[in-house]
Amino acid sequence: MNAKHTISVLVENHFGVLARISGLISARAFNIDSLTVSTTEDPTISRMTIVVDADTVKLEQVKHQLARLIDVIRVDELREGEFIDRELLLVRVKGGAKAALEQIAQPFGGKVTEAAGSLVVEASGDTKTIDTLVEQLRSHGITQLVRTGRIALEKNGKA
Amino acid sequence: MKLKGAQILVECLKREGVDVAFGIPGGVNLPTFDAICSSTIKLVLTVHEQGASHMADGYARATGKVGVCLATSGPGATNLVTGIATAYMDSIPMVALTGQVRTSVIGNDAFQEVDTIGVTRPVTKHSYLVKDPRDMARVVREAFYIARTGRPGPVLIDLPVDATVGEAEFTYPESVNIRGYQPEQKPPALQASQIEAAAEAISKARKPILYAGAGVLHSGAWAELIELAHKAKIPVTTSLLGLGGFPESDPLSLGMLGMHGFEYTNYAVAQCDLLIGVGARFDDRVTGKPDEFARHAKKIHIDVDPSSINKTVLVDVPVVGDVKQVLRELLKLVKPADTSEWLKTIAGMKKQFPLTYREKQKVLPQYIIQQISDATKGEAVIATGVGQHQMWAAQFYQFNRPRSLITSGGLGTMGFGLPAAIGAQFGRPGETVWDIDGDGSFQMTAQELATAAQHKLPIKVAIMNNQHHGMVRQWQDLFYEGRHAASRLNPVDFVKLAEANHCAGIRVDTKDQVRPAIDNAMQITDRPTVVEFMVDQTENVWPMIAPGKPHDQMLGTYEILSKDGGVPQRRRAEADEESKLSLG
Repeated sequence: MNAKHTISVLVENHFGVLARISGLISARAFNIDSLTVSTTEDPTISRMTIVVDADTVKLEQVKHQLARLIDVIRVDELREGEFIDRELLLVRVKGGAKAALEQIAQPFGGKVTEAAGSLVVEASGDTKTIDTLVEQLRSHGITQLVRTGRIALEKNGKA
Repeated sequence: MKLKGAQILVECLKREGVDVAFGIPGGVNLPTFDAICSSTIKLVLTVHEQGASHMADGYARATGKVGVCLATSGPGATNLVTGIATAYMDSIPMVALTGQVRTSVIGNDAFQEVDTIGVTRPVTKHSYLVKDPRDMARVVREAFYIARTGRPGPVLIDLPVDATVGEAEFTYPESVNIRGYQPEQKPPALQASQIEAAAEAISKARKPILYAGAGVLHSGAWAELIELAHKAKIPVTTSLLGLGGFPESDPLSLGMLGMHGFEYTNYAVAQCDLLIGVGARFDDRVTGKPDEFARHAKKIHIDVDPSSINKTVLVDVPVVGDVKQVLRELLKLVKPADTSEWLKTIAGMKKQFPLTYREKQKVLPQYIIQQISDATKGEAVIATGVGQHQMWAAQFYQFNRPRSLITSGGLGTMGFGLPAAIGAQFGRPGETVWDIDGDGSFQMTAQELATAAQHKLPIKVAIMNNQHHGMVRQWQDLFYEGRHAASRLNPVDFVKLAEANHCAGIRVDTKDQVRPAIDNAMQITDRPTVVEFMVDQTENVWPMIAPGKPHDQMLGTYEILSKDGGVPQRRRAEADEESKLSLG
């Protein structure tokens, strides 16, 4: 059965590591919903947060296969309710009053910025929150939209 | 001490115990060849780079050491790829050293440039691009370590020319520390309970089978496997790549299982109540339809690679660890099960469903392989291509020694046989090496006869010449109503081809010429010998599990073949007496 899974992978901060990981996942015909990479508190290590839509049994294999890569230090699947996740959203809206947009964005902790004659809404939050905000902005005519994809940390992380 | 990158490379190769390397020089890897040729390492020039990677592979399979191959950038590197992929699929330790254009022009479509790391990424265990000679020693050390430890596999090192001619201070790294790769870590405590569970299951089983794969050979666990089989009185079947891991002369041997496995072996697997996979990966050619595979059995799976477990067949007791270590622990705990009834049942099936073939007017490959098995007492190193002859070699040669079958299992690479035999002969110079091949397979790398002749290797090549891609022709007959789409090969005079390459050539047209030709070939020790056997063109490999069918529904069974002159066949004249099987 297919479902969304969030995998957190600690990797060596080398060139070519991203290609190894995305290649391994795509070779199994899994669709990557989002993938974020950046360095961690240790500059020699990067953390990748990968959201995939995958069959649960096959995903177990992929986790083992990821762990088998030499440049992969650690693989964790983050279980629903056991992690904090955020993504950042930028939306360009066709028109309308700035105040009206601010009214929508504020409950989400969002901001509205004027940029070269158009209005851009920015907000961060977990995936569900961002989805809800996007729905509410639709009636104002979205012309461009970009999301960073999920970054996540386990709630019970090391102190 | 300051050395050039290529000299550092050679110093590291020497410390890894490399005594031979196979390859072809070209523009950007000239510094590497130049440095190797001033060392004690033997450089073997191959005709094609594919030959080099298969030779390194054959050397590794025959010796258990890491095989080394070299190629220049671009086409040299891409020509290695089939051999690298072959080694990857069968977990063979190999280091491939490829030349690369200088770092300043990488990505500019320079002459003979290809993204070798990118091309080989899915078929290597790991790969390195050395951009600075200061990294050379660490990279080479790590590459050999990764290639031979854990689940072995090929590692590629891409060497831009400036990294080989540039100088750096040489200090040999005494240890390897890769935080994402710790294959020699002590097994976790969990493993102890898994081994206990395995021992418990074995003591309760009444109809157990050990299913051994190449992992037994990689970890050098054949003595432990024999001990376990005899201690617990469990019959042993092997995968194609596991052949030789358990002596087929042993009364507990069931030979090979799977698509072209023995009839009684597959029936036994279908009936067993416990299947113990040892360093085997439940390949689809073994399992047939995965849901039906050993469907009455509880399954134990011992494997060094956690990603192999539950990949195709769900198991009850997974044990992750080095096969040799796990078997040693298991031997301490295991109590013999009462398998006497089971061994009697198997003895009965061996008698009732023996391996067979129908005699024909023309020479049959099965007979030829029986005669090679007999003439070499099952003690030769046998390389093969891929196809019908490969299956017949697996069925009719009696493998009694570890690392005696050198064959491409996972990737099924035609053309593997000759170069692999050459590599094996370099690794085991005093031994008899045969390449059992088909005319289709052989022609894919036949040019390497020149390499064998240059080094006066006494390898013997037995070509089962049926002027077809025989396995393709068999499938076309079985599943495509006999339409032979592009499976017939134009006749080639292989004796002339042998002689043109300064090898001995012998042709065999009739059955009575078979054994004298084999004996004759065994006498020729100063050059390679090619024996061309003109065999029946319509012979099929039996028995056979059709793709997707369960193990107890086989085609070409003894019952069918025996109706029309099929007689029970033994692999060697003095092959196993079924009476020994119960072990008293």
